[in-house]
Amino acid sequence: MPLLEYDALGVTLPGTARPILDGIDLHVGAGEVVALVGESGSGKSVTARAALGLFPAGADITGQVRVAGTGLVGADAASLRDVRTNRAAMIYQDPRAALNPVRRVGDFLTEPLRLAHGWSRNRAAARAAELLAAVGLPDPGRHLNQYPHELSGGMLQRVVIAAALTTEPRLLLCDEPTTALDVSTQAEILAVLGRLQRERGLGLLLITHDIELAAAVSDRIHVMYAGRIVEAAPVADLFAAPRHPYTAGLLGSSPPLHGPLARLTPIPGAPMGLLESAPGCAFAPRCHFAEPGRCDQSPPPPERHGPAEVACHRTAELTAPAANAPAPAAFHASGKEDS
Amino acid sequence: MSAHPAHPALAAGARRPLARLRVLGGGRLRRACLALLTLFVLVALLAPWLTPHDPTFGKLGDTLLGPGADHWLGTDQGGRDTLSALIAGTRTSLAGPLGVVVFSTLLGTAVGLFTAWRGGWIDAMAGRALDIVFAFPALLLAILAVALFGKGMTAPVIAMAIAYTPYTARLVRGLAVQEKARPYIAAYRVQGHSAPFITVRRMLPNIAPTLLAQSTVNFGYALLDLAALSFLGLGVQPPTPDWGAMINQGQAAVLQGQPLSAIAPAVAVVLVVVAFNVVGESLGDRLAGRDS
Amino acid sequence: MTTDPTPALLQVSGLRKTYRTGGAEVVAVDDLSFTLRPGAALGIVGESGSGKTTTARMLIGLERPDAGRILVQGEPLADFVRGRAARLARAKAVQIVFQDPYLSLDARMGIGATIDGALRLHGLRDPAARAARVRELLAQVGLGDREAAALPRHLSGGQRQRAAIARALAVEPAVLVLDEAVSALDVSVQAQVLNLLSDIRRDTGIGLVFVSHDLAVVRYVCDEALVLYRGRTLEHRPVAELLAAPRDPYTRLLLASVPRPGWDPDSISSRRRSLDPKGLPA
Repeated sequence: MPLLEYDALGVTLPGTARPILDGIDLHVGAGEVVALVGESGSGKSVTARAALGLFPAGADITGQVRVAGTGLVGADAASLRDVRTNRAAMIYQDPRAALNPVRRVGDFLTEPLRLAHGWSRNRAAARAAELLAAVGLPDPGRHLNQYPHELSGGMLQRVVIAAALTTEPRLLLCDEPTTALDVSTQAEILAVLGRLQRERGLGLLLITHDIELAAAVSDRIHVMYAGRIVEAAPVADLFAAPRHPYTAGLLGSSPPLHGPLARLTPIPGAPMGLLESAPGCAFAPRCHFAEPGRCDQSPPPPERHGPAEVACHRTAELTAPAANAPAPAAFHASGKEDS
Repeated sequence: MSAHPAHPALAAGARRPLARLRVLGGGRLRRACLALLTLFVLVALLAPWLTPHDPTFGKLGDTLLGPGADHWLGTDQGGRDTLSALIAGTRTSLAGPLGVVVFSTLLGTAVGLFTAWRGGWIDAMAGRALDIVFAFPALLLAILAVALFGKGMTAPVIAMAIAYTPYTARLVRGLAVQEKARPYIAAYRVQGHSAPFITVRRMLPNIAPTLLAQSTVNFGYALLDLAALSFLGLGVQPPTPDWGAMINQGQAAVLQGQPLSAIAPAVAVVLVVVAFNVVGESLGDRLAGRDS
Repeated sequence: MTTDPTPALLQVSGLRKTYRTGGAEVVAVDDLSFTLRPGAALGIVGESGSGKTTTARMLIGLERPDAGRILVQGEPLADFVRGRAARLARAKAVQIVFQDPYLSLDARMGIGATIDGALRLHGLRDPAARAARVRELLAQVGLGDREAAALPRHLSGGQRQRAAIARALAVEPAVLVLDEAVSALDVSVQAQVLNLLSDIRRDTGIGLVFVSHDLAVVRYVCDEALVLYRGRTLEHRPVAELLAAPRDPYTRLLLASVPRPGWDPDSISSRRRSLDPKGLPA
């Protein structure tokens, strides 16, 4: 049984033109790192919050999300509380917003243990110090008595990770955990997360806008666009041969750090908002390969292509081995200019 | 703001005595209050054509009449028709607070924008100066002005406008400091626009809605303070019709069993103050909702 | 300066800025010097606390340096700007595009009106000529009449950033400073703006100072880069050299920190620790 399982999850808000989430299928097993990559409005954060049973107010929900077998759609308060306190923990983008500025770091870490589990003050403090050491803070005793403003962003994110681990959940949900941090700090936080994940055999769902980052740390990548997963594949396959034009576009949008430097071929236009919709494939209006009369007619269902699951009407043709033009190169060499 | 003793004008930001009322009425209460204020303003504007009797002097034989067909709200001990005095009094009772609010808003906005823009020691000095003015209750300052310049409307209105200025100045300064830190203001500076242009033409419109909400609440409290002054006999002088003065003159009538000439203006004061509060706070709430 | 055959567009020498916080003096920028030729692009690379934003603010005159000089086309930038003529001259020297596309435009003004205001301030009197120029500037950044009439809140992040670039170009500055100008944008939109910047550079000969934490993006836009760490300049070299053979350990750390497949974040922690042995983890 996977730690986290989405089963055709759909979330629709009244008064919007398209669902926030549409048919999300995804699973995270123990010891697995799965990345969910998307731009603004793709629905990646809504997906992550759904794993704690948090849905937008007034939303119409279909399908199911299960954490360790417990269904969260329509769950009662007791099982939601059990999932949120014992089975899954969320790490957000901004650690400063996660901590109460007038309370000490120690209070933040020990409160869940003392209130939810009835631990004594000393026992909880000892456990908190142990966790701070585990996330690489050198002087846990001192940090427990410090206030959030005395710590840097990277140190605070370590505190937040330590807090997430207090009740020993098996599933970590990380929503852009390093986006607010410096690049070298990002590496350190990911090192901590990676080590904890391996040592404890945690399942980890990483939400990020950065496909390179996702590739660097995860086993599988799911690429989201406008509320749907458009491509899901093991990292190596996704990078070597992207099968969805959007994935290829994302990979072609970041300038390379090394190697030849050609003009970027950006995806034209902007990500689709909640008030916009397309009758067919949501990416078709921005797609260099969209075929009129086909891509703009009906949304493509996810289909298996080799190691990947792709939702695109034209994947078979676009990735067919042609004598003169291998598929990924064909994506990058597309002549259409951005608007 | 928390360092200062609570003043009614602070209610919008600090205490919210009327917050519970909103639970009862919600949007309907706000619309009712807006309608009520519109009615009062119309009455003030059209007063000379609305009064059924002479609002200044009554007739000898008409003293202390109860409500009736000719005098709907009865008469006072001078034989004056209470409804007519109430209608005519709307003018003076609203004109005073209007003067206070317009003057204090203009002055407070100027001080707030200037100190926020300059910052540094000018800002610090102005802050201390405002603190000193804060220390004087508005009513006390108004009474002082009467003692110096004599009874009437002009001196107390000016004194109260000065007493209300720090509230507006503080609010505007706080908002302007926030706005100044935003890159769109920095962009105006970098483009070479002058400080007066940026602060008055570009920054002020962006903070005006919040300022309007505060001024609306201030209006109600200024009306209350001025009515109190007239009640003490220091403000508008009889026989000029004014709600505060009417309450004062009506005291004797209350004892003689005809309380309406005192109760009617008191109810008018309460209605207007509450209505201004509700409208001001709901303006503030709507802005807060829009920002989030 | 007058004898130099190719006068520098921007010449910064010995720039220093310190702040006082609670009695302690913090050096934000220390002895910063560089030269920008016409049409060149310099990347200023650093993390938080490096002094890169303070540098940008000194270049546009929002902060006053404690020491050092900034020359634009051989003319020193005045510490105090008094009077309309001085303000306008200052504006023509350096303009800026900020990071946050949501706060850098006036929410009450359509972007066409915003640009129109800049043109009017800088002496374009004739309304018809102004309208034509607004259209031309917006077209240059890929925006049309629909966007010109729209309030910022009805535009996407990328469109707003394009508008902010057009607003800066309206003044026709010698130097354009971009302070993390693409880092708040979606990846696909960021690529569009990067291409736009290289087009502007090619077409106008404007000098770019590109402040960023992202080495790959700096490589795409700039020919030289300067690495700042706690206010000090560690390296200042052509970007290609800097990336191929970084000299300073901090530059090497920055390069190693960029995520890629097969990346080992563990090694970065230890390298960072060795760089700053007494320091706490970030």
